[in-house]
Amino acid sequence: MSENLQAILEALLFAADHPLSPQEVSQWLPEYSAQDIRGALQAIESEYRTMGRSFFLKEVAKGYQFRTKKEFGPYILKMYKTSPSRLSGAALETLAIIAYKQPILRQEIEKLRGVDVGGILRTLLEKGLVRIVGRKDLPGRPLIYGTTKKFLEVFDLTDLTSLPKLKEIKNLFSGGESGQPALASPEGTTDAGHQESQETKPSGQPPED
Amino acid sequence: MAYEVKLEIFEGPMDLLLHLIRKNEVDIFDIPIATITDQYLAYLEMMKALNIDVAGDFLLMASTLMHIKSRMLLPDTDGDGEEEDPRLEITRPLLEYMRIKELAHDLSEREILGRDVFSRVPSDELSALAQGEQGSIQVNIFQLIDAFQRIIDQRLPDTQLRFRLEEWSINEKIEQITTILREKHTLYFQELFPKSMGLSELVVTFLALLELVHQGLLKVFQPDPKSDILLNAALDDRRTP
Repeated sequence: MSENLQAILEALLFAADHPLSPQEVSQWLPEYSAQDIRGALQAIESEYRTMGRSFFLKEVAKGYQFRTKKEFGPYILKMYKTSPSRLSGAALETLAIIAYKQPILRQEIEKLRGVDVGGILRTLLEKGLVRIVGRKDLPGRPLIYGTTKKFLEVFDLTDLTSLPKLKEIKNLFSGGESGQPALASPEGTTDAGHQESQETKPSGQPPED
Repeated sequence: MAYEVKLEIFEGPMDLLLHLIRKNEVDIFDIPIATITDQYLAYLEMMKALNIDVAGDFLLMASTLMHIKSRMLLPDTDGDGEEEDPRLEITRPLLEYMRIKELAHDLSEREILGRDVFSRVPSDELSALAQGEQGSIQVNIFQLIDAFQRIIDQRLPDTQLRFRLEEWSINEKIEQITTILREKHTLYFQELFPKSMGLSELVVTFLALLELVHQGLLKVFQPDPKSDILLNAALDDRRTP
């Protein structure tokens, strides 16, 4: 019985073009309980992991998707005759701001980055990584930005709470561009320390799509 | 013919400040504001001299720095020692910005779909994913300007930067550089500026280089912080005309 369920799920996952969530699957398989489906998905996941295939079942964006392992990426890029998709540093910074501080206004992003982000926002919207979640009740009714489900898929995140956590501020200079100055501890400025604890958490989870 | 290079600079004033703080190896919690302000203004001059479009954001930061510098000179009027350090006005946003850069770095280290790992995707979506930004600069513009400044300093210790560009055309230089890169594929930054080169040719060569980077025909990177900057042709990708 449950083996049969596993086979059905495997077929669905194989043919799907987006991560399948247990809820989505259960509407096509009313005869199975949500718990059985969840269990079967986890069983497939561990099966592929232990089999040592070139692809694995990844839990991402609250669903499951087959993905090739990182070491085979270069061959796939050759097959598609393309270079890997890359965002510029500026685009990544803007995306990081939106991811961690959403819902956020353009002017708030610009305040943090110190430069105009109009062009970058357009690129991120076009790539479907960012979306407009509404308008703020302020003069000019400015647009409010947030990340999309595709952002979670592309950056290998199950949900927004699984965003990488912030490292201690004193480590921030390591891996920089040149010799590293020793940093005073953040206690030197109590204000900065206080701000950090407030702002490292992604602010809630806006509804996806 | 005068050639206007209007470079779009994604790096902003915050990047320049961080660059200066790292370069001077100073403590971000105790920024020597006079030194940093002077160097910041010198960069703006250099950028203007090179005809790089200096956005208003850079000027705004310049005025903030000068304002802080002047406030540092004022005595603590009521003598209670409780005045806030004026430098916090830039220290706070800088710390915040460093955090953001770190977060962006963490994101870029993840197993990214379309770069590291692949799923079944409709082919139109895949090609949309693949259109990454080709000309990304691993070396930022301030590092390039530094490298160029060093070359100028070696040759012409006391020259004011006043250029006449008419003798050399940037288009010609672009042609030259692409020809060299087609043959050699990689090139050290230094090699572009032989000892015999005069000032105006140096400048035009540098501007041609910036233009090539801007068009995504050239990738610029540094194998490690101490080594010379390497130029790598991106001529074989799809954006080649």
